[in-house]
Amino acid sequence: MTTQVVNPHIAQSTGLHTISVYVANKPGVLARIAQVFARRGYNIESLVVSPAMDGNFSRMTIGLSGSPEGMEQIIKQTSKLIDVLRCTDHTDDNAVVKELALVKVRVGAEQRAEVLQIGEHFGCKTVDLTETSLILQCTGNSEKIDALIGMLGKFRIIELVRTGKVLMARGDGLT
Amino acid sequence: MTTLAVADKTLDQKADHLRPQVEVKNPPISKQVLDGAQALVKGLERQGVEYIWGLSGGAAIPIFDALVTTGTKIKLVLVRHEQGATHIADGYARITGRPGVVLVTSGPGATNTVTGIMTAHMDSVPMVVLTGQTITAMLGKDAFQEADVFGITMPVVKHSYLVKRTNDIPRVIKEAFYIASTGRPGPVLIDIPKDVSSGPCTSDLDPPMDLPGYNPFIPVDKDRVKGIAEALLKSKRPVLLVGHGVLISRAWDQLRRLAETLQAPVTTTLLGKGAFPETHPLSLGMLGMHGTAYANKAMLECDLVMSIGSRFDDRIIGQAPKFCRDAVRIHIDIDAAEINKMIKVHHWCVGDAKEVLEELIKHVRKLDTDAWLNHLDGLKKKFPLKYKKYGGLKMQYILDELDKLTGGNAIVTTDVGQHQMWAAQFMKTVRPDGWLSSGGAGTMGYGFPAAIGAQFAKPHDMVWAVVGDGGFQMTMCELATACVHKLPVKVLVLNNHYLGMVRQWQELFFENRESGVDLEGNPDFAKLAECYPGAKGFTLKRGADIRKILKRAMDYNDGPCVINAEVEKADNVYPMIPAGRAIEDMILEPPKHKLEKPTGST
Ligand SMILES: Cc1ncc(C[n+]2csc(CCOP(=O)(O)OP(=O)(O)O)c2C)c(N)n1
Repeated sequence: MTTQVVNPHIAQSTGLHTISVYVANKPGVLARIAQVFARRGYNIESLVVSPAMDGNFSRMTIGLSGSPEGMEQIIKQTSKLIDVLRCTDHTDDNAVVKELALVKVRVGAEQRAEVLQIGEHFGCKTVDLTETSLILQCTGNSEKIDALIGMLGKFRIIELVRTGKVLMARGDGLT
Repeated sequence: MTTLAVADKTLDQKADHLRPQVEVKNPPISKQVLDGAQALVKGLERQGVEYIWGLSGGAAIPIFDALVTTGTKIKLVLVRHEQGATHIADGYARITGRPGVVLVTSGPGATNTVTGIMTAHMDSVPMVVLTGQTITAMLGKDAFQEADVFGITMPVVKHSYLVKRTNDIPRVIKEAFYIASTGRPGPVLIDIPKDVSSGPCTSDLDPPMDLPGYNPFIPVDKDRVKGIAEALLKSKRPVLLVGHGVLISRAWDQLRRLAETLQAPVTTTLLGKGAFPETHPLSLGMLGMHGTAYANKAMLECDLVMSIGSRFDDRIIGQAPKFCRDAVRIHIDIDAAEINKMIKVHHWCVGDAKEVLEELIKHVRKLDTDAWLNHLDGLKKKFPLKYKKYGGLKMQYILDELDKLTGGNAIVTTDVGQHQMWAAQFMKTVRPDGWLSSGGAGTMGYGFPAAIGAQFAKPHDMVWAVVGDGGFQMTMCELATACVHKLPVKVLVLNNHYLGMVRQWQELFFENRESGVDLEGNPDFAKLAECYPGAKGFTLKRGADIRKILKRAMDYNDGPCVINAEVEKADNVYPMIPAGRAIEDMILEPPKHKLEKPTGST
């Protein structure tokens, strides 16, 4: 019955790092950054890119795992790129980290109440509802989303979309 | 014959007839709007560009045209292969410290520059490569001669541009030169679609740069330097390990002052040759895979190693965990990403070598190194570089004689292979611009074009290209370029009829199974030279003739000359630290038993 949709490795890996990169919004910048990782054999687990408040810049939040030494090299090599203003590993920082997930669950009339109850417990919104399925929208840290998916495991998850982490340093810290 | 000539004449007349009768004069440039290509040339002029090396093609014609219509003083040099253009620009840049400029067309013209760009990237050489590109409307549609050179070169450039708007050209040019020549220098590629170079340019020719993420000037952290000085003052057996960074930052005077003040011995990397005179009593010569035995032994016995402008390349350190294991390790580098990359260090300072050394000199004095220097002198006597003068003609013998004849006054460039390592060992580099070699990339075909670039930079200096018969054949088409410009480059082809360095590895690690190393089909290089107008060829076969022939080459200055030196076919370079092994595994002479296959990649 249970479909393992989530790669458990993402959430459980102790070596998971969250790196934020603040870059000039210029062509090729994503390719250059991706290359720093790819060239060293790293597999990016999640990547969120979006315009920063000042439209001349973009923000990237990158999740990936690796040894601290490997990460040090990655961060230094990324920082070195001409269009990168800063690159920071926020893994152990006191930062606000959020993720958004959409989960489509196959439900008939008899399971609907239970699924909605679970959703409510996790503060989800029901963003779509049909005779046979519903979509829950969940925001929060990745562990919370992992837990939600765990709870929904006994139902049939048809589709799952996770954004990957976005992150902001707390207080006066710079992201 | 006669009929042919007549026919030719009529053709000519016909052609004449087709030509416009009125002479079209270009209106003076100031009165018309510049097009992108003209703005580009103006931008290059503002950067003080003297030469452009290149080869044209459809997508680049507007830019070549602008070199005519703007009446610029920049000299265009037509090469015979785009790889040659990049190595020429590289040689010029290493000598002058200014970016070498290359101009080629799209597609195959652009891809032919990749090897030269990579070579410059690995050795931190400033270069600006301009490539023509198909029109913007055709980008990504597999247009004729379209190659995504922006993408292809991305891993081997310091930075690159695909210019989409004509008005961006002046800013891009300015930024490219700034990026190429500041901080840790490197190649910058500018890909310019044909409609962009042909369109009107209305922007300011000296626009502000837009590089918010680039800040190459790092102030010297004085506390860190003090920490380094304190560590130095405790050392009794120090070694200064000097790399290309010292040459790039032009810090040779500071280095010499530091070494002499401390009384510390200096060893250089392959690319650091010349940063410290190799005739100086404190010099240990080159270290590493084929470095001197005494330099490598000094690395094993030292209590402190300080790298200045070297990146602890894997051909230097052997096995990283074993490198200077018990010594205090210090690293001075302009690139923060190099610190702790290969070797974990105790002290470090990020910054320009010249500035850091200036600061460091303030805090140091003579160390108690008499015993150490005595010991090293003993090692120099016990393990000298040596070769046999009798038997077959030895590359080492020729290089040793060349060194004596030039007395450190010439600029020497090399290709890659055995000849390169022997040249590094036997040619004592004295002047800071006396040695150009492809280190990081190990690019065969580099030596001869780089010598052309050096000769363009220093027309009155003697330039020797020491090349192998393998590597020379990769770029020898530039003989034409050297002839046209009457460059008296002296090419010493050390012709062992083998891809010698590979043959050495096959002999040592693959039970002497030769595979793909026999260069049968070699031309007679002396004769080859003679068929170029203005070039001269010499043949060298006997030890007794070495001086005579080298001198003749030195006296020939009307164009390039090529010495075909028929050397011993199968000799090996020692000392040698097998790839991936630790320095203590250095072998000094032919091994008595079979060696294990090397674990290092190259
Ligand atoms: C472009 C390129 N291809 C291949 C190699 C691998 N390689 C390194 S040394 C060498 C042999 C060079 O032979 P030659 O130029 O005759 O010089 P020698 O070693 O005989 O002095 C080869 C093939 C290289 N360094 N560069």
